[in-house]
Amino acid sequence: MTTPQSEPRHGLRLFLIWIVLSLIAVLLIWFVWKPHLPPGDMSDAARHQQFDIAVLAVSAAPVVIFVLLYFIYSIVVWRARPGDDSDGEPIYGNTKVQLTWIIGTTVIVLWLFVFGTVELVVPAGAGAGEGPSPIWKLAGTQSATWTPNSGTMLQVQVIGQQWTWTYRYPQFGGMESSELLLPVNTPVTFHVTSLDVIHSFWAYQLGVKADANPEVDNVAYATPKSLGSVTVRCNELCGIWHGAMFNYGHVVSQTAFQAWASGVQSAERGDGLLADLPPYALTYDPTVIPQLGKNLPKIDGITGGAGYYYPPSDPVTP
Amino acid sequence: MSVAARAVVLAAAFVVVAGIAVFVALYYIGGTSALPTVHYAASGGQANVVLQEDPQNDSASKPDWVTYYVQDPATGKWVHTTLFSVPAHTKVNVTILGYDGCTPLRNNFFSQVQGTIGNTVTLSQFDQHGREYVTEHTTPVINGWSDCNVGHTFAIPGLGLYVPVASPNAQLSANNLCSSSPCVTSGNPYAKETFSFMTPDHAGVFRWQCLVPCGGGFLDGNSGPMQTLGYMMGEMDVVSS
Repeated sequence: MTTPQSEPRHGLRLFLIWIVLSLIAVLLIWFVWKPHLPPGDMSDAARHQQFDIAVLAVSAAPVVIFVLLYFIYSIVVWRARPGDDSDGEPIYGNTKVQLTWIIGTTVIVLWLFVFGTVELVVPAGAGAGEGPSPIWKLAGTQSATWTPNSGTMLQVQVIGQQWTWTYRYPQFGGMESSELLLPVNTPVTFHVTSLDVIHSFWAYQLGVKADANPEVDNVAYATPKSLGSVTVRCNELCGIWHGAMFNYGHVVSQTAFQAWASGVQSAERGDGLLADLPPYALTYDPTVIPQLGKNLPKIDGITGGAGYYYPPSDPVTP
Repeated sequence: MSVAARAVVLAAAFVVVAGIAVFVALYYIGGTSALPTVHYAASGGQANVVLQEDPQNDSASKPDWVTYYVQDPATGKWVHTTLFSVPAHTKVNVTILGYDGCTPLRNNFFSQVQGTIGNTVTLSQFDQHGREYVTEHTTPVINGWSDCNVGHTFAIPGLGLYVPVASPNAQLSANNLCSSSPCVTSGNPYAKETFSFMTPDHAGVFRWQCLVPCGGGFLDGNSGPMQTLGYMMGEMDVVSS
């Protein structure tokens, strides 16, 4: 192939345009887009997720720009001029191009593999449910009680039920609330379970998402880093009102949390509810109600109470 | 086939497919909207909503499903629906007549009354002879596990309202429950429960539901009346006052 003397150095030109565009894109992604990327930076897990998305975008941008640039450049520069009915130049194998392509894609894939693995391990599962025996545990002091500024990890059990969430705090006597409150700068262990069907606990701004299965204790970690509201949604189609299964949580100061939790515990003890709650357990079997013992009849899939609402004579089958 | 004929055939096929899609959508959506809505107006900043929950219902298709009824304030008649409307920024006084028997709550946390004014309900229970065997009292908890106490719940999660609905006691639940709906107080055991809450300042539709898995015949009680408008779940339409 001969190149006319007037032909510009397309490779160099493409490279220079690509490097400039890539640099602009990377700077825009990192400094303009990243602060607004989901799920925000309200917890360590969320910050890692935001960082991950930004790094992936930065990794992908030069590739996308190269493909689009080459596409557009080809159309503009190498298009057939009016009246030019000649054949194009024959194309032969090019070892340099092939090697560059193979090495480039290998490096990118290996980089994503290593980066993804590190970002899963370092933030203790990245806010995802790790099952009942987590491999990557969040650092924190374990204690049967929780007090402000103690560095103690807060235990929160998340209980899904068609179609609402409740939260139990075993370090406060097993008190339960329909409102999620968390102290700031405190490592939190979420124990996610369900009383009936499969739900999924998605505390959006905290970057926590864990399936809620009956009879399973699904553990996820996060450390809230700033005050504010958290949207909690169900992320698993769980029935007709799945879409309405959400509520809001709040990250508050450690002293405010202590006051709130102690207050709820005291109120529930005072009106007798605390004694009437089931013993704190990490999982729930939908067919067993612990405080009602083992003598409960189970008819048509329903566990009856002392009044036997569904007696054998009424095996309703709609 | 000419281009014009092809275009006509294509247009006709499109109309047929679109028509089928519209029919299917209207069939299902129409099933929901066919439920009547009972409208409650405010007087002196208050509206009085009256509900009852029964062991069965008077429908032809699902007569053995547990169900709620809503009382029409204009006629006093019970309407087999779970759709009602109330004005915004209004104190709603709710009366629920619980005719259905007891079923344990899956989570006894919902024995606690939440979101009502004072976080309490006023409760009394009557046998089939009209005798008030549990006299009227106000309580923050109706323990669904200590005995045969709770039949269902009335919950509006969007408002943080969770109210356990009392039932007739164990013996009455087992032997003397109302068997013809809508139930009447005469000749049937029932629990009467009253409470109040404030509607929000803005209009909107708020779902309400039962938190007892009361779908008899369905796996673990989830489904059936639990997931069907007109039975154990409904919508409260808050309208601008």
